[in-house]
Formats: sequence, structure tokens, C-alpha cells
Amino acid sequence: MNERKPTGQQPMETTAQRQKKPHAKAAKLGREVQARLGQQLRAMYDEVVHQGVPDRFAELINRLNGNGNKDKH
Amino acid sequence: MPMDESVRKAVLAAVPSLRAFAISLCGNVDRADDLVQETLLRALANIDSFQPGTNMSAWLFTILRNHFRSEYRKRRREVEDSEGRYAETLKTQPEQHGQVEFREFREALAQLPTDQREALILVGASGFSYEEAAHICGCAVGTIKSRVNRARTRLAELMSIDGSTDFGPDEQTRAVLAGSGD
Repeated sequence: MNERKPTGQQPMETTAQRQKKPHAKAAKLGREVQARLGQQLRAMYDEVVHQGVPDRFAELINRLNGNGNKDKH
Repeated sequence: MPMDESVRKAVLAAVPSLRAFAISLCGNVDRADDLVQETLLRALANIDSFQPGTNMSAWLFTILRNHFRSEYRKRRREVEDSEGRYAETLKTQPEQHGQVEFREFREALAQLPTDQREALILVGASGFSYEEAAHICGCAVGTIKSRVNRARTRLAELMSIDGSTDFGPDEQTRAVLAGSGD
């Protein structure tokens, strides 16, 4: 899978700033949230990917292959 | 059944991302691993229908996705365990992704309609192209694009609604989470 690095964090607007301009707030918050969402989705996913192949699946694949217990990984 | 060594290696190599897809999709590690196991059993029983030279990951993802969708219809009445056992698997979550924010993200993801969630994961995390994702989901490329866009919009809405505390855990929450064994 592709290797991705999270991009730098952008400073958040203050609550007062947002309340003054609701439309700009929505757009800016939308972009910020989108960037964070993308990072979190990949972080969640990559965390599992980096766990590799659990033994139960390696054994399953080898067993069905008729290879017994050799070459687990 | 004897299996070509290159095919066996391709199946093994696809398992980590297959698991990540399953866990992201159903939000529960135990259920996801059952899903992966059933997918592998089906795939290995039908390995002859895999065309050498084509994308093994996409083939396995398709089997898992279809199996999940048929299981999902059966289990529709069950309460989704969106918290599940994530904590067990995701203990080493990098510090820059706040734990509270991360939990909120998973909850929001679990609230998406399944077709939007799977499209978003395939394109946004698995690294498939829109075309590959469309093939896996058995729909048009435009449908995938539309689902991904709607998923992103909806997730942003869900994460913004209770965004009064902005992102990231406060110190007290962080301390509790850091000290918590489970």
C-alpha cells in the first residue's frame, strides 16, 4: 500500500472569529476538517496494515496450500 | 489444493490491507477478522477463478466486500459495535492524532451509509483508483465519485457538529486515556 505522511497541522480559528462570519467559518472549517479526516482515515487504516499478517491467517493460507507449518510469513 | 507459490505469496501480502479494509468497514476487530477468514476460505477454494496477472488485492477486496454486504443485510437488526475492540488494536495510535478526536472520527465513520463508507475507504485509504473501486463495488465510476464526495461532506458535518471543543483531547482526558489499560 502507498506510504503517506500526514501534512502539517493548520492553526484553528478562534471561536470568536468564527462567530463573526458564519459562511467563511463553514468553508474554512470544512477544509480543515477534510484535511484532518483524510489523515485520520489513513492513520486508522495504516495502523492495521502495519500489524502485518496475524498467525491465524498465515497458518490458514499455508494449511490450505498443503504446506503444513513451513514458511509462516 | 496445491497453489502456485506466487499466488500464495500474493494472498499473504494482501492480508494486512484486507484486514484494514474489514476493520474500517465494520468497526469491530473480531468481526473483521472473521470476515477476513471467511474471505480467505472462499478465495482459496476458488483460486482457479483468479486470473494471474490481475490485481490480487482487488480480487480479495471484492470477495470481502460482497461477503460483508450479504452479512450486513442479515445482521441489520444488530446494534453496530462502533467502539468494538479498536482500543486493543489501536493502542499505538500516534500522539499527533488525539485519542478523543480519533474516537469521534470512528464514530462518525460508522454513521455513514455503508456504500459511502466503503467507497471512501477504498479510495481514501486503500489507495485504489476510482476505476478499481468501482470494479470492487460493482458500480459505475461516477457512482463511486459521488459516494466519496458525499461521504467526505457527511463526515465533515458529523465532526463539526460537536466541534465546540475543537480537535484534540484536553489534558485531563489525555491523562486518563494514557493511564488506561484498556
